[in-house]
Amino acid sequence: MKALRKYWRLALGIMAVAGLIVVPLNFNRYGLFILSQWTVMTIAAMGLNLTLGYAGQVSLAQGAFVGIGAYSAAIMTTQGMPLMAALGVAVVLCFAIGWLLGYPALRVQHHYLAFVTLAFSTLAFLVFRNEDWLTRGIYGISNIPRPTVFGVATNRPLPFYYVCLGSLGIVSAAMWWLIRSPWGRAFLALRENPIRALSLGIDTRRYTLMAFAIGSALGGVAGTLYAPLTQYIDPVPFNLSLSLDLLMMVIVGGAGFFFGPFLGAMIAVLLPEWLRFTEGYYLMLYAAAVIGLLIYSPSGIFGILDRLLAERRTKAASALRAVAKSGLEAAP
Amino acid sequence: MTTVLEVTGIRKNFGGITAVDGVSFDVREGEILGLIGPNGCGKSTLFNCILGQLTPTGGEVKVDGKVVTGMRPSELNRLGVSRTFQLLQVFPKLSVRENLILAGQEHQGSIMSRLFGPADAGLTEAADRMIGFFKLDHLADLAAGGLSYGQQKLLDAAMAFMGGPRLVLLDEPAGGVNLTMLADLRERLAAINREKRATFVVIEHNMEFVMSLCSRVMVMAEGKVLAIGRPDEVRANPAVIEAYLGH
Repeated sequence: MKALRKYWRLALGIMAVAGLIVVPLNFNRYGLFILSQWTVMTIAAMGLNLTLGYAGQVSLAQGAFVGIGAYSAAIMTTQGMPLMAALGVAVVLCFAIGWLLGYPALRVQHHYLAFVTLAFSTLAFLVFRNEDWLTRGIYGISNIPRPTVFGVATNRPLPFYYVCLGSLGIVSAAMWWLIRSPWGRAFLALRENPIRALSLGIDTRRYTLMAFAIGSALGGVAGTLYAPLTQYIDPVPFNLSLSLDLLMMVIVGGAGFFFGPFLGAMIAVLLPEWLRFTEGYYLMLYAAAVIGLLIYSPSGIFGILDRLLAERRTKAASALRAVAKSGLEAAP
Repeated sequence: MTTVLEVTGIRKNFGGITAVDGVSFDVREGEILGLIGPNGCGKSTLFNCILGQLTPTGGEVKVDGKVVTGMRPSELNRLGVSRTFQLLQVFPKLSVRENLILAGQEHQGSIMSRLFGPADAGLTEAADRMIGFFKLDHLADLAAGGLSYGQQKLLDAAMAFMGGPRLVLLDEPAGGVNLTMLADLRERLAAINREKRATFVVIEHNMEFVMSLCSRVMVMAEGKVLAIGRPDEVRANPAVIEAYLGH
């Protein structure tokens, strides 16, 4: 039964990956752009899912880290440096800033922490907008080059989509491994019961900072892809609403579920396209759908699936308890 | 016999209230010290001061001769001091086995080896041994939150033993546990104490449990030590009868 489910899952995974490789072959430029955007947002949302979903630390600053990554890439590649170098800088920078942003989380939690990170988000936006010497302010940075990967120029949309997809693959594999490592368990412990975690030798301080740093670094990775994808950046996409969007992706998909960000990002990126025919009403419909979902299932779409599974598990558990009890009564 | 825990003049004030007022005692290796006293006499506050969950206003705590006052609970735990909680403190969404793995993982390797090394490193076997020892086998794969209260209490105790601790502070392990399970728990604790030379300090209101398990009993009242000695001595002490045991 368990083995069967495993094979079923594996088959599903292979089909999804094959689909993501093959289906876009005959997509037009716009379709490929949307799909690439989905991969980029998924990476950023996965980072936030680590911080928020697994480690339980609210952050309204993920959009700012995407911005830091994007500006690192834009500034460095327009100066002729390779994108890989920019990626390194973005990851180190976001990791370090994320680590520092984690310090308030050691003192404040929940909505107070949200406000602290919100303040940082605003600060980052002001830097993007006002530090003309570095970011060219509201004029933005244009003509951002796309990288050449293994000798293939990615100026055309399809090759660059594969760069994004490949990056998503690498990030997903790393994340899968991270959350199954003892660190992943420690992050869960942090979310579920920090007091108990502390009494079991889990250094909650270090793990909290790590959750922030790694999550933020992934925001930086997403940003490094975002800049060459759009080939032009200005401060506007990295304002607070991006952080809120990313938060929504994580929550709608299901915070703390591995595939939550994939689904959440898909909804946030694709739904506006599908609802285009409704013209001005799309935001209203989207908002109504999100409100409805969160009333029905506060733990997002994957939360609905999980609840169904949990019901089955609880039934099994009470059956086991009944068996154990009857065993005790028969024993005396 | 070596002294494992040495508490000297611990005080804790909350604003104008003195919850613990200059408590001193020693616990020797392999001993089970019972800690009793009326509700609000400062037992749990004393525990929290010893374990670094609260910073004492004054006094000193030594473990194996090393001053640990003001150390963080996680550091203290890695030195071999472990605890259980009065109120249920398990990870409800994780399975029983995962709870135990989590309880053991910080006791081996370094923080980096826990990221890049093997994810398991014998922890699953160790957890399964503990599950067997506490007779939780049929519950191993269930979410801890779905267990009965008594079963969660057992799990809480099992988690405290995962790191192979030298000193364990148990805060009302018998509270809300039914009689069958209580006998089981006492037997398990006695066995660990015997076989592993683990030292315990136990807060408990269940007199029968304390008197039968502990080698010495300390009685607290209003933040102070009222009496300390063998169970029969303490039971016969007039001051203790007056303050706590009643008639």
